[in-house]
Amino acid sequence: MMYVKAFLVGGVICALSQVLIDRTRLTPARILSAYVVLGVILSGVGIWGPVVKFAGAGATVPLLGFGHTMAEGVKTAVQEQGFLGAFTGGLTASAGGIAAAVGFSLLAAFLFQPGDRS
Amino acid sequence: MSRVGDTLFFENPVWVSTWAAAVGTKEGQGPLGAYFDYVTRDNRFGKKTWEQAESRMVELACEAALAKVGLELSQIDCALGGDLLNQCISTGFAARGLGLPYFGLYGACSTMAESLILGTVLVSGGFAGRTLCLASSHFCSAERQYRYPLEYGGQRPPTAQWTATACGAAVLQQEPTAVRVTAATPGRVYDPGITDANNMGAAMAQSAYETLRTFFRDSGTGPEDYDLMVTGDLASVGHGVVQELFRRDGVVLGDRYQDCGMMLFDQSQDVHAGASGCGCSAAVLCGRILPDLASGKLKKVLFCGTGAMMSPTSANQGESIPGICHLVCLEGGL
Repeated sequence: MMYVKAFLVGGVICALSQVLIDRTRLTPARILSAYVVLGVILSGVGIWGPVVKFAGAGATVPLLGFGHTMAEGVKTAVQEQGFLGAFTGGLTASAGGIAAAVGFSLLAAFLFQPGDRS
Repeated sequence: MSRVGDTLFFENPVWVSTWAAAVGTKEGQGPLGAYFDYVTRDNRFGKKTWEQAESRMVELACEAALAKVGLELSQIDCALGGDLLNQCISTGFAARGLGLPYFGLYGACSTMAESLILGTVLVSGGFAGRTLCLASSHFCSAERQYRYPLEYGGQRPPTAQWTATACGAAVLQQEPTAVRVTAATPGRVYDPGITDANNMGAAMAQSAYETLRTFFRDSGTGPEDYDLMVTGDLASVGHGVVQELFRRDGVVLGDRYQDCGMMLFDQSQDVHAGASGCGCSAAVLCGRILPDLASGKLKKVLFCGTGAMMSPTSANQGESIPGICHLVCLEGGL
């Protein structure tokens, strides 16, 4: 059942970004950045937490989830370190994800060449 | 040679002795596939980078053009060419292999027409016996140049144009052949204030209209005097804008007005808004139009290369897109 919920919620998020590509002049980079920021906002106002409980990976894998992770990280760090936590929290919480992205990208670059788009 | 207004008239025409087009896989699968001299099976052309691939494609187009009429490079007096990349490296690096006095040009997608005009002027003025004129573009190197490297995996919007992987090369000479250049109108830069890079066709449409209008005025002719008038890559939106601008003047361009960007690919090839790039008009010219002029299928053609004179920097700075259109009048039959 969790798989179905994850698929539906994740799918809706991706479909929304496709609509943005088709209907607006936003570049992929802008959409991705907007999703991170939106995730931070939705997490801050308490909406995204419940969505994560409901849909699991469907809510954490898309970049809204990344923003959520950063926001949660800032909350924890501020509780522990005070004002400094506003600076350290976001990256600390997402360090694993970022390192994985860099590491796997590097591995992929060593192993594969980009295909020609045609 | 004389000049009326902006237009140069070559009373002693300059002749087009040979031509060739080398293209990528997608272009070879398109409606004009059978007309191209070289269709690659590998868009890397056996090279490590896309930029090197484009240079190799330029070499292949030049080789094919010269081989057709048994010309050696030593019989060419100078070459003129350009492409879309920073500092025009794909044609610049290919020029190493040519070993000829070389003029690197930039007119965006109008470069083939610009190259032909300047090559014609050199031959007409007696400064060259033969010139080699070329222009190229490659989808993958252009993506890196204007948008993102392919590795980025970004999605293309429905209004995007597909940069053609193609190179067209032609040789101009003083001795008569089946096809001649009789007039040319170098374009002025016009800017209708469009900032959307996904609407370049409309940005260039004004320059196409202005250059055609200038040529008709300077030559005292009209659209009905030509079998074909073709712009480089305005695609359907820009093509419609040009027709509308002429309609407001009470002039109907009709079916004889076509666009290379709309001819190169089929709708089924999922290229969204059509083809673009220097190679688009160059390949259609060298693959289809020049042979049709040589065979007599077409008698008088206006080849109007259109270019969007913008850069990724200007786009990021929110600048509008200026356009330019260079016109070459080609006639076939002796």
